[in-house]
Amino acid sequence: MGKIRTPYLLLLPGFGFLFTFFILPIINLAQTSTQTPVGGGDTGQYEQTLRFSNYVDAFVENKEQFGRSFVYALIATLLALAIAYPLAYAIAFKGGKLKNFMLVLVIAPFFTSFLLRTVAWKQILGEEGFVVPTLRNLGIISDSTTLTSSAFAVVMGMTYNFLPFMTLPLYASIDRIDPRTLEASGDLYANGFTTFRRVTLPLSMPGVVAGTLLTFIPAAGDYVNAAILGSPNTKMIGNVIESRYFKIVDYPTAAALSFTLMAVILILVTVYVRKAGTEELV
Amino acid sequence: MTKESISAKGDLRLTRLSKSYGDFTAVDDLSLVIPEGSFFALLGPSGCGKTTTLRMIAGLEEPTVGSIHLGTTDITTTKPYQRPINTVFQNYALFPHLTIFENIAFGLRRRGIKDVDAAVSKVLDLVELPHLAARAIVNRPALLLLDEPLGALDLKLRRQMQIELKWIQKEVGLTFVHVTHDQEEAMTMADTIAVMNEGQIEQMGSPADLYDNPKTAFVANFLGQSNLIKGTISGNDGDSHIVDLFGQKISLQKNRSHANDQFIYAGIRPEKFRISRLGTPTSGNILTGGHIEDVSYIGVSTQYQVEMPWGQELMVFEQNDDGVAPFSKGEEVNISWEPIFTFGLRGDEDATAGSEVNPEELDEE
Amino acid sequence: MSHKIKDATIPHIPTGARISRWIGRNLIRIYAVVAFTYLFIPVAYTFAFSFNDSGKSNLIWKGFTFDNWKNPCGAPEVCSALANSIKIGFLATLFSTILGTMIAFAIGRYSFKGRSTSNLMIFLPMATPEIVLGASLLSLFLVFKINPGFWPTVIAHVVFCISFVVVTVKARIASLDPRLEQAAMDLYANERETFRRVTLPLVAPGIAGAALLAFSLSFDDFIITNFNSGTLTTFPKFVYTSAARGIPAQANVIGSAMFFLALAIVITGQIVGRKRKVSA
Repeated sequence: MGKIRTPYLLLLPGFGFLFTFFILPIINLAQTSTQTPVGGGDTGQYEQTLRFSNYVDAFVENKEQFGRSFVYALIATLLALAIAYPLAYAIAFKGGKLKNFMLVLVIAPFFTSFLLRTVAWKQILGEEGFVVPTLRNLGIISDSTTLTSSAFAVVMGMTYNFLPFMTLPLYASIDRIDPRTLEASGDLYANGFTTFRRVTLPLSMPGVVAGTLLTFIPAAGDYVNAAILGSPNTKMIGNVIESRYFKIVDYPTAAALSFTLMAVILILVTVYVRKAGTEELV
Repeated sequence: MTKESISAKGDLRLTRLSKSYGDFTAVDDLSLVIPEGSFFALLGPSGCGKTTTLRMIAGLEEPTVGSIHLGTTDITTTKPYQRPINTVFQNYALFPHLTIFENIAFGLRRRGIKDVDAAVSKVLDLVELPHLAARAIVNRPALLLLDEPLGALDLKLRRQMQIELKWIQKEVGLTFVHVTHDQEEAMTMADTIAVMNEGQIEQMGSPADLYDNPKTAFVANFLGQSNLIKGTISGNDGDSHIVDLFGQKISLQKNRSHANDQFIYAGIRPEKFRISRLGTPTSGNILTGGHIEDVSYIGVSTQYQVEMPWGQELMVFEQNDDGVAPFSKGEEVNISWEPIFTFGLRGDEDATAGSEVNPEELDEE
Repeated sequence: MSHKIKDATIPHIPTGARISRWIGRNLIRIYAVVAFTYLFIPVAYTFAFSFNDSGKSNLIWKGFTFDNWKNPCGAPEVCSALANSIKIGFLATLFSTILGTMIAFAIGRYSFKGRSTSNLMIFLPMATPEIVLGASLLSLFLVFKINPGFWPTVIAHVVFCISFVVVTVKARIASLDPRLEQAAMDLYANERETFRRVTLPLVAPGIAGAALLAFSLSFDDFIITNFNSGTLTTFPKFVYTSAARGIPAQANVIGSAMFFLALAIVITGQIVGRKRKVSA
């Protein structure tokens, strides 16, 4: 019977494509990462020497940027969670007839290019924007303090850009909660905070896990926010990889850095998912 | 295997049908004939295999062993769309992207019937609630399967629909096979009921047969309520056994006994009992030494729990129609009944079989 | 008619207490308004500055004008970049939707050996940072001496769009009542007809949503595009490269127009969906 073959036939084109343009490149990336430049050759000529110390060199040279990437990504993820959770809660439980409209509002900013929005933040928070002069006039920040070209701006930009990624999965899991369970909790002597901690939060855990992953992963590898809103002191690992490819043309180091980034993220994600106890990722 | 549709007619015959999922046997060596034109009910608790049986008849499941014939045609492995059999699904399973009209016309269009409009409006005239069964009936199948279609309705509407369905069946003269866990529903509608338990048929017959003369403890308890009293056959009296119930002798017609040795359960339905105060004349089978444990007045009748000397509590339903003052808690009473109402079950049965089942619970397939 | 209770029976609540009670009860709603404002500040800024009579650099407000909207292609390269983005987005959407939908049906509808591996295969591209996806593909293209450009970019976009299509369509398939397909089969529709008349129409909104998602992901992508497009300029690339010297107001016009267009599509989709539900 053709029945047994059907799923494989359906998978074949898509997985063939993914194998060729996702798995093979990753394997190739692994190979590149242990290569060394051909002596005396043109730049861009490499040979396989299985030089694993590429990894050590790459890491030692850029440990600051690595650390920064994960710290920034972590802070941005936590901030996004703090901002998105009440918003998702409001849409799910207080949205009423406006629920669908509010969901559209969450994704609507996407419809303007995220680069345009990031540049907009740069200008709003920049010297010529209205925020900085106002704050200076009010005496909240000193004349020498700036908002852009700072770690603050980079983290803020990442928080902003990944906020919808956090909000949507949170909304999906909070919306599934039966409001009667919250009433039952109140009925059983739990106050608002206890109800949240013991009922709402545990029930929305799948959304928290999905949302934090969807925010953290792209944030850790991001370099656009750092490039537009940051300064040389806020460079992230993405900026380093980018410049190794395009400016310095040092493919093995770039590959080693990419591979390390991916490995660290995969390990963190695995540990996190195990801890959070949610296996259903997709 | 042919891909064309089959236009068979006649009785539905299930022969030694089994369906297993891994270690679990849902339907176990089931044989059954459903006569053409009858209203047949498969009754049982959830997980008894009734829905699996229905799905095999519909062609939605393939039997592990056994065969299904419609008339003389073997339809065991044919596709659902080849069978002249239609199903009214639980909650109707209406296509949400189509209008009611297109839902009803769906089967007609697939079969290339010309005058769809006429057929649809004709069936809509016939069926009061269009979504109920119209989509299936409009096709005039040889067999109509009903998979607990009334489960989601409230009690009043359900009763109304039961009468409506019964009327439709008479009107169009189709064979109906109805799956339900609701014994009242099955008894209201069906000519013949097969009570299913653990993948097998416990007993089959008309509603009255099953109720009056159940053959197993499961049927006695699942279909209505029963008092089952342990005893031994101690003698002979022409067409009847003399049965000893904890020292008291009663009579049981031999043809109503399903025991295979002298150990027996004597079964009596609660409404067949009569309660009498000490010293009042009584006739028939009599059990003495009871006292009233509990009284519940429920309008048409009063329900009593009567504790007998051997510790068992018997259930008695008394119609509130004889002007006799109701009995009160603690009163000493005798219990009597007409001997023809006694039925006998095997003494090695589990007397509680079928009574633990909550008939309101829905099948979770 | 409502019965009016005499004023005297209503306990008097001081105005201050009433306001704080109102705030307490509507805190979460007030919060939602604030959060949405935050989300829309840069969108509003972009829209506002599309009317700036700015000349070359669109940094400071210089006066209101419709000129940028009248002449959206006025700035060099902006419209060719937009055209490239639309072409790439269209092709990437087409391929990823077809491939992803097929995978979604396989995973969502069949149980087969290797199903969990398939799920992993779908999850991995989503768990891989964009920069790694982009960089690794570029390395592969370089090995095979393929120059970065239009088609490599399309391929790269398909890679990261497929997973999102699969997840979206799979969710729709999972929410489908299996009895609907059984009912179709019961009503004389064979496998092919059942798929065409029942399964596909019911999954279609999911596929449409997935396509919309794929297009917006592709249209907005910068990092992966930057690695694989070579000298080809897409709209995000145009914004990025001109960010340093100031983005022309025409870019704001295009960004705003895309915003309103997408919003219109989504809202129309929702209204159509609701109407359908009512008529059924």
